[in-house]
Amino acid sequence: MSDVCIIGIGIHPFGRTEGRSGRDQGVFAVRQALGDAGLEWPDIEIAYGGSSAAGAADVMVNELGLTGVPIINVANGCATGGSSLASVYSAIASGEFDIGMAVGFDKHDRGAFNAKPAEYGLPDWYGEAGLMLTTQFFALKLQRYMGLYGISQRTLGRVAEKAFENGARCDHAWRRSPVDLETILNAPMVNDPLTKYMFCSPAEGAVALILGTEAKARALGKPAIRLKTSVMRTRPAGSFEVFAPSLDIERGVSPTVLASRAAFEKAGIGPEDIDVAQLQDTESGAEIMHMAENGFCKDGDQEQWFAEGRTRLDGALPVNTDGGCLACGEPIGASGLRQVYENVVQLRGAGGARQVQGAPKTAYTHVYGAPGVSAVTILER
Amino acid sequence: MSKLEPIASGLWTEEAEPRLIGGRRKDNGRIVFPMPTDDSRDAFDAVPLSRTGKLWSWTIQGFEPKFPYAGKAPFRPFGVAYVELPGEVIVETRLTTTEGLVIGMPMTLVIEDFDGQRSCFAFAPGEKA
Repeated sequence: MSDVCIIGIGIHPFGRTEGRSGRDQGVFAVRQALGDAGLEWPDIEIAYGGSSAAGAADVMVNELGLTGVPIINVANGCATGGSSLASVYSAIASGEFDIGMAVGFDKHDRGAFNAKPAEYGLPDWYGEAGLMLTTQFFALKLQRYMGLYGISQRTLGRVAEKAFENGARCDHAWRRSPVDLETILNAPMVNDPLTKYMFCSPAEGAVALILGTEAKARALGKPAIRLKTSVMRTRPAGSFEVFAPSLDIERGVSPTVLASRAAFEKAGIGPEDIDVAQLQDTESGAEIMHMAENGFCKDGDQEQWFAEGRTRLDGALPVNTDGGCLACGEPIGASGLRQVYENVVQLRGAGGARQVQGAPKTAYTHVYGAPGVSAVTILER
Repeated sequence: MSKLEPIASGLWTEEAEPRLIGGRRKDNGRIVFPMPTDDSRDAFDAVPLSRTGKLWSWTIQGFEPKFPYAGKAPFRPFGVAYVELPGEVIVETRLTTTEGLVIGMPMTLVIEDFDGQRSCFAFAPGEKA
């Protein structure tokens, strides 16, 4: 198998862009990625991509050019970006293609995601009774975790504080102003123990990543940023997921644990070897729990990690260096690819005000979503 | 209370001290709630579940959910929890209170007025309703 490199990256700023469709934001990101790679659209041999709420990727050929390129539309919920990337990775690693592209974009309405019971095979009463909300699930998973492992609400606040600090330094972030810890902690409660600053919001944005063989990367004069592995997993028995009227008393691990273990095994390195990480932070507690589920610390150690600032930009393992979902918002189709975009920026040393010091060599991404999917990538410079 | 219609049929037993009705898989004995009503129901036996359990996790629903939520107006925050019914299953439920909630505390099933016309199950703190 050939090594697969990321040779071009593009992003449409996250947040709200009135008057520009999600797909047009995707086209914007593709053009930027092509420019970054020094390529033209006809150079793209295969593409995978999609959105959750903004249409199909293949329609973009109207704007980009009718080159006959195969584009596979991906609709895999929160793992749309991760699944697209894993597919391009395989297409190139197999030797069949030299240059491919993954693109994710989205545009959501304001407010919490709204789910209809029948679409999830659930009875109507479950929604009518007010039990079918994603925010409740996150709070319920977190409340138990905090009880079991002694995580304080102040630590939840520190996660959000860090996110807005990093977002203020990042040009593609949506929330660009720091918010102090007391304001975060004293804000209205959305779902106890999470206040409004501790939840990310549905948003808009797009990311395109161009992948190529190592030979192509060299020919283009690009620094070889290797995609060591790109893994996606669905939930195992006993995992705790959104929209569950009941849980088995025998509890199991999350899909994140499966994806993370597989990714480290394929890359031949461990969590202790990672220099920078982007972890799914739908809300503050998600980042905390995902630190442990991805193997970076033991359950409960996060309290100490945040007290010491170990995941800040100047810490031992910077996490969510662009402010994550909390500062960037969550356009579902683009969110997982944003994490990879940010890691390429960090590995190139191009992060400007948010650049992690010490010339990071390895970078990790983790995206998680309903109804129990998780995707992990590991990059190496 | 007796005049209220249940929010759905088959969720709890009609007896003096009602119990939720779960489904026990015929092949491995695992229990789910509610008892499935779709094509998979043949794989389950309906079983009444314990009226009492322990608080497994909880939150307060602080904002009014969008449709299809159909609770009383004006909206008032309500408790949402998972309650572990020992040896059976962990069920998601509304709570009768938003205060004094501690993981592990004993909980008991009640049937309460949901919207003035319909009743819904909920759990209340304590070993007796």
